[in-house]
Amino acid sequence: MKTVFKIGLVLAFVLAGVSAQAAETINGAGASFPYPVYSAWAYNYHKATGIQLNYQSIGSGGGIRQITNRTVEFGASDAPQTPEFLKKNNLLQFPAVMGGVVLVVNIKGVKAGQMHLDADAVCKIYLGEITYWDDAKIKSMNPKLTLPHKMITVVHRSDGSGTTAIFTTYLSQACSAWNDKVGHGTSVKWPLGIGGKGNEGVANYVRRSGNSIGYVEFAYAKQNKLAYTLLKNPAGRFVAPNFKTFEDAAATGDFEPGKDFYLWLVNAKGENAWPIAGATFILLAKEKKEADMKTVKFYDWAFKHGDKKAKELVYIPLPESLKNKIRAYWKAHGIY
Amino acid sequence: MREWAGGSRTWPIDILTNMAPSTKKNPIDLLFAVLTAVSSFSIILLIAGILIVLVFESSLAIHKFGVFNFIFTIDWDPVRKIFGAASALYGTMVTTVLSMLMAIPVAVGIAVFITEIAPSFLKGPIGVTIELLAAIPSIIYGMWGLFTLAPIMSNTIEPALQATLGKLPVFSILFKGTPMGIDLLTASVILSIMIVPFTASISRDAFNLTPEVVKESAYALGATKWEVVKNVVIPYSKLGVFGGVVLSMGRAIGETMAVAFVLGNNHQITSSLLNAAATITVSLANEFTEADSDIYLSSLFYLALVLFVLSFITLFIAKLFLIRAERKYSR
Repeated sequence: MKTVFKIGLVLAFVLAGVSAQAAETINGAGASFPYPVYSAWAYNYHKATGIQLNYQSIGSGGGIRQITNRTVEFGASDAPQTPEFLKKNNLLQFPAVMGGVVLVVNIKGVKAGQMHLDADAVCKIYLGEITYWDDAKIKSMNPKLTLPHKMITVVHRSDGSGTTAIFTTYLSQACSAWNDKVGHGTSVKWPLGIGGKGNEGVANYVRRSGNSIGYVEFAYAKQNKLAYTLLKNPAGRFVAPNFKTFEDAAATGDFEPGKDFYLWLVNAKGENAWPIAGATFILLAKEKKEADMKTVKFYDWAFKHGDKKAKELVYIPLPESLKNKIRAYWKAHGIY
Repeated sequence: MREWAGGSRTWPIDILTNMAPSTKKNPIDLLFAVLTAVSSFSIILLIAGILIVLVFESSLAIHKFGVFNFIFTIDWDPVRKIFGAASALYGTMVTTVLSMLMAIPVAVGIAVFITEIAPSFLKGPIGVTIELLAAIPSIIYGMWGLFTLAPIMSNTIEPALQATLGKLPVFSILFKGTPMGIDLLTASVILSIMIVPFTASISRDAFNLTPEVVKESAYALGATKWEVVKNVVIPYSKLGVFGGVVLSMGRAIGETMAVAFVLGNNHQITSSLLNAAATITVSLANEFTEADSDIYLSSLFYLALVLFVLSFITLFIAKLFLIRAERKYSR
């Protein structure tokens, strides 16, 4: 009986603590891609300020719907929402952190960073117009590699995802045939190839099939040491996916506060920019100034103290100039 | 009891005459009756609620695509916002039928072995193992399928099938293409493993109901084990076996996570079993979280509604057969 009483007492205290802290909680929901970094930031923010951030990674689609219905204090989306959509739903938008997409291959004798590709070649591979690895176009870009006369196995995501949205936007912008035939979105009607569920599904099929190509998140490729390819960027250079090339993409991307930072960070102009990058975005309800200020405070703190943690988790922090633009945007809307 | 279940025309009167005397005597009985009734009706309410939500959420897609157009459109293109259920329906039906074809003989065999053939010290362990198979979460089957079964299928089994059955005239259509391991066949194999325990344990229970006296008489007449099983046990318990089959069919139609990893979610109708496809549940699991436009989400709800109706029709037909068989059998 005594232990029951003790447990009850502890429970009562815990519950009291929870309800006392309820006022100090920020609720957000949305994209699953930034979930690891948001929860790491939230953990440190809680230690520093005592304020909790409760983030549910239910997917970008769910995040957008929840903030549109005002059931959370902020929503998160991997895809930027257009200014028209934001205006219609009375929302604000700003980028929080960046990631990117890399192509990985599995060909005997080809190591990470050896295969050179350009947007046109990637597009033709995914359209099924280039079907063999020793195609003249691929050969001309890779004079040093001995490429086999083998069919290319094309791997893509089977589930809807922000990664697919960024990748297909890259193809749509770089290649008009792709734009006409397939288009871009979180899931598309693939002309060919096999579908893997999640980054792990794609990586698994690329690894297993041989003579294959797939696309995965930068963080996933880096942590699993997959054989990534180099890509030719609009400046005409072959670049490798790393923090420097992603930061260059971010620095030269035209994030405009006037357009609520609406931008797909693909084919950025920078000399060393990686061509398939993307920011993930936060959506706020314009009329709920008090709740917005809490969220903004958290992201301001993360902008100041969270870069190291983000890099540890293989996310790309926003460049300082962009952070200042975002702060000015907050100020202009009276939430900072 | 027999008259209630068997559809005697006097059943409401039966209930009243059975219940009335006791409720008068004992208020606890009345309370008990009310509680059980509330529990049962809450299920009906729940199902009705689900149906209403599905219809409400999919109204946009129903309005835009109509019923026949949606069911017979193969295209599923989120970018152009054209949605049709035909490919997902096709995938659902093919995987269900194929997995049933593989699972039922094995399951009935297991049940016969446990009840009639196995020595008694083996009955317990085998029975428990089969029931454990049913307790494994389906996501485990999914990951196992992706990392273990799919490589085996693409490296060994599917090339072997192509080299043997694939050479025959009709079967060659079924085994065309490069074996990748993400296809209708792999998904059906996983499904069949998942539904074996349902069919097997219900069949076993049904077989156990066969009266010993009848079986022993058959043996006394000189029947062999095979003849007893064929002519006594299976005819006696076919309704129970059929019930198990229907249950596992429901599971096969609705199973999600186990096949989501090994079917590729390609919306296409393909004659080859070695091609990727989509089922209704696989599409829902893969695309629901990132469905970004209203019509996309609404179409996914519409797909769920189609699945709901499909399951309902399946169960309805199964029940119809059961009632018919029961009538014939009780005569």
